Amino acid sequence: MLARRIIPCLDVRDGRVVKGVRFRDHEDVGDIVELAARYSAAGADELVFYDISASPEARTVEPEWVGRVAQVIDIPFCVAGGIRSLDDARARLFAGADKISVNTPALENPDLVDALAAEFGSQCVVVGIDSRLNDGQWWCHKNTGDPTKSSQVPRRTLDWVAEVTRRGAGEIVLNCMDQDGVREGYDVEQLAAVRPDCPVPLIASGGAGAMEHFRDVFQQANVDGALAASVFHKSVIEIGALKTWLAGEGVEMRT
Amino acid sequence: MTVALIDTSTANIASVRYALTRLNAPYVLARTPADATGCDRLILPGVGAAGAAMKTLDASGWSDALRAERRPVLGLCLGMQLLFDWSAESGCGLLGLIPGRIERLDPGAAGPWPHMGWNALEEFRDGELLLEGLSPGERVYFVHGFYAPLGDHTVASASYGQRVTAIARRGKVAGCQFHPERSAGVGARILSNFLKGEAS
Repeated sequence: MLARRIIPCLDVRDGRVVKGVRFRDHEDVGDIVELAARYSAAGADELVFYDISASPEARTVEPEWVGRVAQVIDIPFCVAGGIRSLDDARARLFAGADKISVNTPALENPDLVDALAAEFGSQCVVVGIDSRLNDGQWWCHKNTGDPTKSSQVPRRTLDWVAEVTRRGAGEIVLNCMDQDGVREGYDVEQLAAVRPDCPVPLIASGGAGAMEHFRDVFQQANVDGALAASVFHKSVIEIGALKTWLAGEGVEMRT
Repeated sequence: MTVALIDTSTANIASVRYALTRLNAPYVLARTPADATGCDRLILPGVGAAGAAMKTLDASGWSDALRAERRPVLGLCLGMQLLFDWSAESGCGLLGLIPGRIERLDPGAAGPWPHMGWNALEEFRDGELLLEGLSPGERVYFVHGFYAPLGDHTVASASYGQRVTAIARRGKVAGCQFHPERSAGVGARILSNFLKGEAS
């Protein structure tokens, strides 16, 4: 049976890993390659690197560190942030990234998803979605890396998931903004609502604070993977212990 | 001992190169068969669609060369699929080194398509060189939407709605449906088993 994935997310700014609360007030938590190697050795199933300043400031991720990460780790990793063209994606994939993830640029130019899937295959095209409840419905947000530019767009999250998977996205990372960084649990309600309409792997993001949160999101929302940052960076939860505990709770794990 | 890494110009070349470097295995990037003259074994990597990859191999001369090859060959992911006869993905002919067809995978209730993530290797064939030191149940990283059904070639399998050929072999030609270069210690062991195996 396929294992559920535990995915540490490393938010990157200026070549360092940082972490903020609800996308604000980022603090430095370490060197990219050092943290990547540590998580890989600890049993992480996959890593996501997200250049949080890339979209708002129209900068691109430095492929240089993508190559350095690829040399060190022997698990899959995804690079997100600032990918606006086939060339941006190609540079990261050929530097050794296994997947690329697009968020704001896909909202601004949905055809980008089709083009990426046609050029590189759906298996390496991830669409990240920042989503928040407003007036009883979940809505997509763009430019969420910068609080001064972050804004809701007129697309319902459920519609957008259906559209991008039709356009060729091979995986969805759903970041539930109401929960992000506060460690009170994943947004099980929203993830469970998206699940039936998401024909590709669905990764939960935002809200992990305790081992029970991972169990709940796997068992109640049937997601394929769970992404978390601060609980791993701050050693609130140790990855090996988490996976052993989840396996004991009946969640299929690579231990 | 030098490995020829066949340059299919697909995106996972860098990860395979780095995996060989981590294993201290010398390699050359072989765009054409002539580049592989001094090598004693070959790796055929690949991601993407079968049709495009076959066009690249036809143009570089590798298709004909591989059909006459006597050295050990290891195909990775799409590279494994290319070793078979025919693929439903692009409706195209493949290298024909291992009899059989590549079909679209139907996961049924097992989960979403494609098959993506860490799955267990099962049903080991006794004496398979690539599996030395490994046990059934150990997990490797899969990413694929098409697959080789079980057959005489299957030396290890995985389960995702269907029984999937995880490792195929016919004589000196073998292939892994998963990505050993991204499969942590288990993948490193499989690559190093290939590297230390008997050469031509």
